[in-house]
Amino acid sequence: MSEKKKITVSIMDGPFESARTVTAMRLIDIAATRGYDITVFAYEGAVSLAFAKQTAHANAVHGRDAGEEDHPLPREWIAALMQTATQNGGSIDWINCGLCVDERGMSESIPGPRRGSPADLWKAAEASDGTLIIGTR
Amino acid sequence: MAQYTFISSRDPFESRDCEHTMSLASELRRSGNEVTIFLVQNGVFGARKSVASQGWSKLAREGVRILADTFSLKERGIDHGRLESGIEPAELDLMVDHLAEGRRVIWH
Repeated sequence: MSEKKKITVSIMDGPFESARTVTAMRLIDIAATRGYDITVFAYEGAVSLAFAKQTAHANAVHGRDAGEEDHPLPREWIAALMQTATQNGGSIDWINCGLCVDERGMSESIPGPRRGSPADLWKAAEASDGTLIIGTR
Repeated sequence: MAQYTFISSRDPFESRDCEHTMSLASELRRSGNEVTIFLVQNGVFGARKSVASQGWSKLAREGVRILADTFSLKERGIDHGRLESGIEPAELDLMVDHLAEGRRVIWH
């Protein structure tokens, strides 16, 4: 049996802003489905992805209530990804940059993600088979 | 020989940075490295036969593997038959393969 794989992904974009977030989630989902151990380092605006108070809303312009609008919430994606990883024998260590959290007042995270620092990204990269840094520019 | 993978997400009609990626990929290939370009998001606009796809096609002839994300193509209504010669549709799973294999995967 081959050794379990470990990858690290760092993301910087805040929620509801960039297609990069969707691509990052797709990559993490593939790795989680394979049962990999995954470290996600959320930096800058990306610390808002796990914010617990994200709320679905209606769309009055289109005449849809909140249920019909079915607004996607990144905090729900993260919870689902963590569940997928666990179900497949892997794990997701989701680290929010602590300074970035404090700057933005984003300390109310869903259960699972933890605070850390860029040093954690370095350590995770050192221990990983591969690392992908997804910048904002 | 090292293995490099560039994930290119920019629309070549919107960003000239794609030319830098092409140039770097070409130099790495000429230095004997294995190079893959994976076009994703608006980067797949450059996979259609057009003036913007010629750079990718040239790289493919140099031995660089050029791939376009099937999901991004589908989102943008780009049929595989419209892809430039030398560019193949591929699943994002391949990028996770490359990460797990320890290739140098660089986002652009």
